Amino acid sequence: MLNPHPGLPEFTYVKPASLDEACSFLAEHAGEARLISGGTDLLVRMRDKAYKPAYIVDIKGLDGTDVLTFDPKSGLKVGAAVPMNRMASHPDVQKYYPLLAKAANSVASYQIRNRATIVGNICNASPAGDTLGACLVLGGRLHIYGTDGERFEDLVNFFKGPGKTTLRPGEIVTAVSFPLPEKGAKGAYIKLGRNKLSDLAIVGVTAYGFPDKKTESGFRFIVALASVAATPLMPPAVETILAEKKITEETIAEAATAAMDACSPIDDVRGSATYRKDMVRNLTRNAISDVWGQLQS
Amino acid sequence: MQTISITIIVNGKAISLRCAANQTLLDVLRDELGLTGAKDGCGGEGECGACTVIMNGKAVNSCMVFAGQADGANIETIEGLARGEELHPLQKAFIDAGAIQCGFCTPGAIMSAKALLDQNTSPTEEEIKEALSGNLCRCTGYKKMIEAIKIAARGGSANDR
Ligand SMILES: Cc1cc2nc3c(=O)[nH]c(=O)nc-3n(C[C@H](O)[C@H](O)[C@H](O)COP(=O)(O)OP(=O)(O)OC[C@H]3O[C@@H](n4cnc5c(N)ncnc54)[C@H](O)[C@@H]3O)c2cc1C
Ligand code: FES
Ligand code: FES
Repeated sequence: MLNPHPGLPEFTYVKPASLDEACSFLAEHAGEARLISGGTDLLVRMRDKAYKPAYIVDIKGLDGTDVLTFDPKSGLKVGAAVPMNRMASHPDVQKYYPLLAKAANSVASYQIRNRATIVGNICNASPAGDTLGACLVLGGRLHIYGTDGERFEDLVNFFKGPGKTTLRPGEIVTAVSFPLPEKGAKGAYIKLGRNKLSDLAIVGVTAYGFPDKKTESGFRFIVALASVAATPLMPPAVETILAEKKITEETIAEAATAAMDACSPIDDVRGSATYRKDMVRNLTRNAISDVWGQLQS
Repeated sequence: MQTISITIIVNGKAISLRCAANQTLLDVLRDELGLTGAKDGCGGEGECGACTVIMNGKAVNSCMVFAGQADGANIETIEGLARGEELHPLQKAFIDAGAIQCGFCTPGAIMSAKALLDQNTSPTEEEIKEALSGNLCRCTGYKKMIEAIKIAARGGSANDR
């Protein structure tokens, strides 16, 4: 008895033998083929009929995509098929990139994270994606493979709108890599959700700070905001204030207000725009204070 | 409708079958193999965890895995736990601790717990809660499940807490 799940549209399942084959297939079937990594976003969207791909292209395990490597000189590379739990529990990630582990651990539930990938979170390009902020402040760079070979793209340039990225038809993200973290860097991620688990962020604030002799304050901070605009937001005003003024409670409050002023959230089922703005200010203040506390201890 | 051939090892037995490409692992287990222990509690949205099985050693929502993605995988379901009439220590502990009311969530919760104990024989309460984070229960609640998992981890019964 072949009993497809009611609600899942029909499609043809394609398992290419190499990245080249996968790219050619995706390029030939632009608009009707979709890549699948963990599938945790894709399946939900297919059940909701938001996506009706004619082909699902499974790239799991192709050409080293399920590899995670860390090199003390060059940094971390996380393959597209590496599940979040595997990444977050990796000793080098815990030691050098605790912010990345923390952000990944705030996604959904434990079971989901056994399938969900960080590259899937990035490619899904939801402004609410929990790992996007950490990936941005840590200087994430995408390894992209296409019919013309490999290219690289800094994550800061990648997001174009909800679900929209600079990926061209036939292109596959094979990995995301991160340089070594700045010396003495500390990070924080604060996620406000309706419940602690299994929910997207109403507002998410990532803060990252490190000593920097070149700034007036002696420190540099980078803040990334989730769920407050069409793409993840890194307000430059916040960085400038914290670089130019001696860091005090007042400076942090001023930076938090600048974060609030920079964002343009929407009203939706998870929260109103006004509520989101207030929360951006409060949580940005808390996140920067948290990092500041860590930097001084 | 595309049909695909897959081979999965279910509770130690290799099974080859043909199924529709848009069937999930949960559909294959329930509708093709008659293993109805894993449940569909939320329409396959990944929210409830009633469909949890162990795939290659990891607890996963079987409603979120396409059949093709499971090809070649080692799958453990609740049906594989008891040895004849003898229940698995986790099954026994869930009964002893009163961690089952309607039982709809139980197969999923027990498989999450088994994946945890297979990796970590003496988990902390935090680790137990984390492992159960994707398993929703509308009647018993979680305290008794956590208690049951502690009992099973100790290899003891409810009386020697
Ligand atoms: C119950 C539930 C709760 C959730 N909670 C959260 C949450 O709290 N926070 C959060 O951020 N997310 C959440 N999510 C969403 C989802 O789990 C994450 O976004 C996850 O990281 C997606 O990764 P994946 O590997 O499963 O992606 P997939 O579903 O496989 O892919 C996502 C999208 O990216 C594309 N894509 C995937 N891989 C590639 C690639 N290598 N190259 C190019 N394009 C690619 C796919 O075509 C698809 O459009 C939740 C999902 C569910 C079902
Ligand atoms: S059926 Fe609810 S999570 Fe799978
Ligand atoms: S015992 Fe009824 S849902 Fe958990």
